[in-house]
Amino acid sequence: MTDVTVRFANVTKAFGEIVAVKDVSFAIRKGHLVTLLGPSGCGKTTTLRMIAGLELPTSGRVHIGERDVTNLPATDRDVAMVFQSYALFPHMTVLENVGYGLRVSGRPKREIRERAEQALDLVGLVHLRSRLPSELSGGQQQRVAVARAVVLEPEVLLFDEPLSNLDAKLRRRVREEIRELQQRLGLTAVYVTHDQAEALAISDRIVVMNNAVIAQIGEPRELYEAPADRFVADFIGDANVVEVTISATDGAVAEVVIGNAVRRLPHRGLGPGPAHLAIRPEGIVLAGDATEAAIGGRIKRASYLGSHVEYDIETPLGELFVTDRDVNRIHAVGDDIGLDLGTHGVTLVRV
Amino acid sequence: MPLKKTGPLGLWLAIGWVGFVLIPWYAQSRGLFDPGWLLAWDRQSTAPGLQQALLHGRLWLLPLVLPLAAPSLLLGRRQDTPAAANLLIVCGALGTLYCLGQGFLITHRGWGFEVLEAWFGPLGVRQFGIGGGASLTLLAFLMLFAQGIAAKGAVNGDRFVVGSITLIVVLVAAFIFFPVGRILTGALQGPDGGLAPMLFVERFLDNRIWGLGCLTGGPRCGVAWNTLTLALATGAGTTLLGLAFALVVTRTAFPAKRALRALTILPIITPPFVVSLAIILLFGRSGTVTQFFAELMGIDGGRWIYGFWGVWLAQVLSFTPIAFLVMIGVVEGVSPSLEEASQTLRASRWQTFTTVSLPLMRPGLANAFLLGFIESMADFGNPLVLGGNFQVLSTEIFFAIVGAQHDPGRAAMLAIVLLAFTLMAFWAQQQWLGRKQYTGVSGKGDAGMPTPLPTPLEWTAYAITVPWAVFTAVMYSMILFGGFVEIWGRDHSFTLRHYQDAFGVTQGAFGLVWSGTAWNSFTTTLWIAFVSAIPTALIGLLTAWLLTRQQFGGKAAFEFGTMLSFAIPGTVIGVAYIIAFNVPPIEITGTGIILILAFVFRNMPVGVRAGIATLAQLDKSLDEASLTHRATTLQTVRLILMPLMKPAMLAALVYSFVSAMTAISAVIFLVSARYELATTYILNRVEAGAFGIAIAYSSVLIVVMLVVIAIFQLVIGERRLGRRGAAAPSGFAGAGR
Repeated sequence: MTDVTVRFANVTKAFGEIVAVKDVSFAIRKGHLVTLLGPSGCGKTTTLRMIAGLELPTSGRVHIGERDVTNLPATDRDVAMVFQSYALFPHMTVLENVGYGLRVSGRPKREIRERAEQALDLVGLVHLRSRLPSELSGGQQQRVAVARAVVLEPEVLLFDEPLSNLDAKLRRRVREEIRELQQRLGLTAVYVTHDQAEALAISDRIVVMNNAVIAQIGEPRELYEAPADRFVADFIGDANVVEVTISATDGAVAEVVIGNAVRRLPHRGLGPGPAHLAIRPEGIVLAGDATEAAIGGRIKRASYLGSHVEYDIETPLGELFVTDRDVNRIHAVGDDIGLDLGTHGVTLVRV
Repeated sequence: MPLKKTGPLGLWLAIGWVGFVLIPWYAQSRGLFDPGWLLAWDRQSTAPGLQQALLHGRLWLLPLVLPLAAPSLLLGRRQDTPAAANLLIVCGALGTLYCLGQGFLITHRGWGFEVLEAWFGPLGVRQFGIGGGASLTLLAFLMLFAQGIAAKGAVNGDRFVVGSITLIVVLVAAFIFFPVGRILTGALQGPDGGLAPMLFVERFLDNRIWGLGCLTGGPRCGVAWNTLTLALATGAGTTLLGLAFALVVTRTAFPAKRALRALTILPIITPPFVVSLAIILLFGRSGTVTQFFAELMGIDGGRWIYGFWGVWLAQVLSFTPIAFLVMIGVVEGVSPSLEEASQTLRASRWQTFTTVSLPLMRPGLANAFLLGFIESMADFGNPLVLGGNFQVLSTEIFFAIVGAQHDPGRAAMLAIVLLAFTLMAFWAQQQWLGRKQYTGVSGKGDAGMPTPLPTPLEWTAYAITVPWAVFTAVMYSMILFGGFVEIWGRDHSFTLRHYQDAFGVTQGAFGLVWSGTAWNSFTTTLWIAFVSAIPTALIGLLTAWLLTRQQFGGKAAFEFGTMLSFAIPGTVIGVAYIIAFNVPPIEITGTGIILILAFVFRNMPVGVRAGIATLAQLDKSLDEASLTHRATTLQTVRLILMPLMKPAMLAALVYSFVSAMTAISAVIFLVSARYELATTYILNRVEAGAFGIAIAYSSVLIVVMLVVIAIFQLVIGERRLGRRGAAAPSGFAGAGR
């Protein structure tokens, strides 16, 4: 188990009556970037802060590397954290900020300077070393915060929604930089976000949390294509969850009755009877003829978004949200239309 | 992996032992900094604790060796095991309790309680007040206790935080709750010192306190009713004026806003009596205005100024700037976008003001009113000078102690009544309003222009503020000029006599001679104000940091306890200190230390508030970033928070310095021949009718305080924050100087 860097064993954290994290267990492999993803209040930030040592668990054990750090405060843990608000010390220059962790660890001045400059070089900001944080843009400030954390070569690098204060375009660039840096230096990182696209883009693995517990752990693709339950399906990407009936199972395959059609899908542990089907908006194909298609429907709303068209379609299964790449043929509101299921983006889920 | 940083256990043990075997156990009559005690173990008065026990028959000090020695077992070992934690807790608690217990049980008269004497027979040796040695030993025990608690995992096992909390709790208990508690027991004591509950009831129901004679045509009402009426009137007056000033400054195009804002600094730098003196110069029997009308209409002004109206006028003049300061914050806290929203919904300016702005200011108005109310209750200088036959609680307390009646029991009773009034007001303010103040102001994202005032309101505000501001300006110029005339109202010829009397320097045989009569009190005041300012700021800011950044059990009680002294009138503190600290174990009356302690604990809430206001602007993630980058809590405080809190530090330092210089109500009980202060000197001059020298001295104090504020600004310097400057919280007034 030497390749595991962070391990949570049955960790619970309660603030008075409120349980923020309930009996959570997971392991993070060395060199991986793992994202804690979930809606606000799901416990992801508390989990991160327990790795950092800013909160101590109510029960359960936390390991970092070989050590049990459950009751160790932040100061004594080999971690470093990048904050949503950057948390650069406003009275110190960029270089002083980056060298702070080395300084309080009592490293010699020369080493502090050299290593801080190297770290700044990694994020491409060495030319701004004597500026004050307030003289930098938001993106630059966050790069400094990353450099300040990386310079300590921590066993785990923690990110608490590091991109939320940046505008959309910058967000994509900085996240790519963070991922690139993490992979280049082979760092283990834990990254908290509520933005599923961000999580899909940069993670080795994603821990989806909901209501203080883990909903699912997996690689990005696994979560998108085989969500464990309705919540994950809905939270990662969009999903139409409709009620269907499994008529029979055969090996790993279930026969699913959807409207007028029967489809064969992996049964994922579900038996015959009523079930739920998660259908991605791009998993529905618009057919010309309403009568021959699996499901008949009527266009309720159509929005042109440049690269694709979004439709809300009224069907016997309920209202479905559909995206269509064919922008040359936009269906008008009120048109009757037939819907078929595509080959991707259709999966049975637990409720 | 960094090593877990070792705890400061050895350091505290060393401090404990130094206190126990090297430094005199008891208080030194010549002060700890007189080196006469060095190694003089053979003398009773100067021996440290261990030698007291072994050489001088104070055997009861010997058991302290045990709790001081036992924790040495843990040196070089882990201290966070349950066994180690328990050992530290037990040793710390036992040592502390034993130190305190023996201090109260064995006093300057031998046994502290007659029962003990009956049991054990008379005691040959006695004890004096605790000194440097005992204090250090006690401190060490407290910190051992705190280390133990931290090792148990309290507050994430943070030794620094637990130690700070312990220290502050003990200090507040010793120097606020203990003396105030002694007042209660004082009021229960009869003239012979025995317990007299019936006398307590009799004193409480005294007609001089609660009588309503003035309503039925009698000569006067009880002093409690006088105080309440005055406080209500003053609170109403200052709140209205404060609101008018705040509206003019924040919501109009008035040209002299800066000059008006400058008014807010006046109460901070104005010595007590100054406003009253100026009022006497204007409206007294030989005052300028009185004489003007006497000549014009042939009427004799009389002595109307000495009584309710004179005191009220002086208080409103004195405290309006405080209400002004509060109301500026309140008015600025009303979000302009709300007013804009109201106007786009077709409300007129007047409707907007009455339906949106004013209701939003309501908590702030009530807050300002309560502040004025508390200030008035606690005010001592103005009623003393202008009260005449109109007596209030604070002056009655004073006369009960120093007057011909000399009745400490009655003083204690009056103090309890006054304390009850102010605590009720304070409680109301905290519970009902105090918190709303902080939520109103959000730092960002609220653009928009404040809506101009409705025209009639604007002109009303001008009509109130301009004459009042002119009046204030006239008064202060009277003070400056009054020091340069022979006798105000009779002989207006120019003279420097008053300044020479007070601050004369002559060339003597051995160099300069500071021959002025005021030099002694002046230098004492500067020194004591300076010395007390530093612990005030440090303790205040530390408390603020604990309150805003740490989570621990009993935090609400901790907060209330530390803010409580804000509501305790100075006269009450003064009486409490002489009752509590006149006898061992803490025997410090007549020293400079008692003055410093009184200032520190009276001004501490100011440091706390300044700190809380500043910390609210510093994102908590700064602390966390420091901690996750391997800094200890102490390093975080030193490297991150202290530099960023410089403005708060400045505010706390300056405020506690100047308020120490202008304090009168508490210290008038505590000064001694050796430690006379400027304000008590001025009071003596006023009582002797020597207004000239009193005024001259007051002007000097005002100038000195302005200079000091300027110097502080330069020394502390600006924060290196670039454009992200955060405004320093400006002055706070404590109750009753």
